[in-house]
Amino acid sequence: MDNQENKKVGVTGWIDKRLPVFTFINHNLRDYPTPKNLNYFWNFGSLAGITLVIMIVTGILLAMQYTANTDIAFDSVERIMRDVNNGWLLRYIHMNGASMFFIIVYIHMFRGLYYGSYKYPREILWMLGVVILLLMMATAFMGYVLPWGQMSFWGATVITNLFSAFPVIGDYIVTFLWGGFSVDNPTLSRFFVLHYLLPFAIVGVVALHLVALHQFGSNNPTGVDVKSSGDTIPFHPYYTVKDYFGLGVFLIVYAALVFFAPNFLGHPDNYIPANPLQTPAHIVPEWYFLPFYAILRAVPDKLTGVLLMFAAVLVLFLLPWLDKHKVRSATFRPFYKQFYWLFFINCIVLGWVGAMPAEGVYVLIARIASVYYFSFFLIIMPLLSRFEKVSELLPSSISAAVLSKKFDKDVNESYAK
Amino acid sequence: MKVMQSKLHNFILLVTILFPLSVFSAGPKTELMEQKWPFNGIFGRFDNTALQRGFKVYREVCAACHGIRHVSYRDLKDIGFSSDEIKSIAGEYEITDGPNDEGEMFQREALPSDKFVGPYENDNVARVANNGAYPPDLSLIVKARAGGADYLYSLLNGYKEFPEDYEASDGMYYNTFYPGNQIAMPSPIEDDIVEYDDGTEATHTQIAKDVTAFLAWTAEPELEERKSLGVKTIFFLILITIMLLGVKRKIWKDLD
Repeated sequence: MDNQENKKVGVTGWIDKRLPVFTFINHNLRDYPTPKNLNYFWNFGSLAGITLVIMIVTGILLAMQYTANTDIAFDSVERIMRDVNNGWLLRYIHMNGASMFFIIVYIHMFRGLYYGSYKYPREILWMLGVVILLLMMATAFMGYVLPWGQMSFWGATVITNLFSAFPVIGDYIVTFLWGGFSVDNPTLSRFFVLHYLLPFAIVGVVALHLVALHQFGSNNPTGVDVKSSGDTIPFHPYYTVKDYFGLGVFLIVYAALVFFAPNFLGHPDNYIPANPLQTPAHIVPEWYFLPFYAILRAVPDKLTGVLLMFAAVLVLFLLPWLDKHKVRSATFRPFYKQFYWLFFINCIVLGWVGAMPAEGVYVLIARIASVYYFSFFLIIMPLLSRFEKVSELLPSSISAAVLSKKFDKDVNESYAK
Repeated sequence: MKVMQSKLHNFILLVTILFPLSVFSAGPKTELMEQKWPFNGIFGRFDNTALQRGFKVYREVCAACHGIRHVSYRDLKDIGFSSDEIKSIAGEYEITDGPNDEGEMFQREALPSDKFVGPYENDNVARVANNGAYPPDLSLIVKARAGGADYLYSLLNGYKEFPEDYEASDGMYYNTFYPGNQIAMPSPIEDDIVEYDDGTEATHTQIAKDVTAFLAWTAEPELEERKSLGVKTIFFLILITIMLLGVKRKIWKDLD
């Protein structure tokens, strides 16, 4: 950015001339111009990155002690919990880290959905995010299989069996995934290998996600483009310190879970060693899959259910073309905002109903919620893009929005006096 | 409009928090007999005298059918046994080892470093001896059941006669808290089935309580360390987060 400043002397200068790492850091972490009005929902991107690092570090350490063999996988995890120094801490950080990762990424996505962060020119940024989500889901699913408890085994059986719904090739796919004719040792060892591999693929896509982000910079709560340098502030120190503070709050919540309720989000059955001869009463996936699981079970036909479940994630790829409304931020779209919050509640209802047995009134609720899930994207969004008027409240620039907010606050305060 | 909006936000917040909670509370239908365990709560600790009594119950009653294969004899140090006591406890068990230099398997006394020797050679023997029902390993039982320690305590106190028009299967017993109510294990404890060394009166409920506490320890031997480290960690994190908030405010001040 500032060429004068980047002309370093000494060792750093020597290195930077040949390998411009310091210039790169300067550009992307220091001077990087960032809208000055970002709220705390913009903390979740960096939190997701930090959680990914925590997961990879604890995961590598755990892999040094874990054994991917059906005879001893369960016992090797118990050995980590009891005999490996601080093994219980590593495992609980990793196990709950998966849940925290999904919480963060879901909030990050709902933020993007609210402020229209997927719209022009950030379409590829958004789509890379969806790729990350898909990779995370695959990684988390395979990770849950590794302890080889009852839910590991039966979860793996149920989910891999979904592929058998495809006509003709279905059974072949399932046999191919299993590496045999049931979930067994070959399945476990390939899941372990892939569980170790995919996080590095995630790191790669995250790098692309950041490149795409820095091309146009962050969106902001007004959704209005950056118009002048007055609209932005340098990333450091303003957003570095804000991210640190957010990280502190996040770690408090995370630590509370790890130290005081490490199994709260898990299922007790996973402390029973896998037994292919005994099916648990209710097979429930981890909480972060529940909304999709609810959509799967809402449909009586297996193949349609499977396709809809995948479609529920894949539809996100189309988002930039489904919502073509000019205004990005829901703050200035009163109608979209109502449907957005309804969609948010709907997702939570889907998650809840996904944990309930698929019978009676729950099936009905799951069906209604599934219909709304898809209608929101495929009907409401395109209709609103056409018919929702551009609000006159839309500020002309970020600075104008910040100023008018400050003005309102000052007026209110003087009234209060 | 502003008021309405904040109400809407509160409602959404409430729904967000309560819905997931209802997922987890949808557990067993029968109310468990909830106890105030000393190991509950953020400052929770095990009561070693209770754990030692519970260990005695395990050894004299439960161990006839149930193993605790994830626990080593040396682990007993954590609940207050001395090295000599552990050596003599381990010495009461026989273990098959080998092959030795002659290629023979041989029997030897268990060492503190060995895992607890279970009552059966293998799962099939266990089934044959128990009318086809497999007595599960108890090391993780408290973690492996919804309701945890409260569930186990309730189960041990939940035996009743079969209700009148109940179609009972052969060799099964009635328990209020067991899923489906028919359990293959007869009520394992009764008043004075063990004699406590510390003079505690060995009532049915006392025995149930002690053995449950012992099995809570076998399930989570790291609990005390975890909770005390947790208190320190969170105290530190809160402190540093408050400081970071101060720094953040100071840095952002010059933007106003």
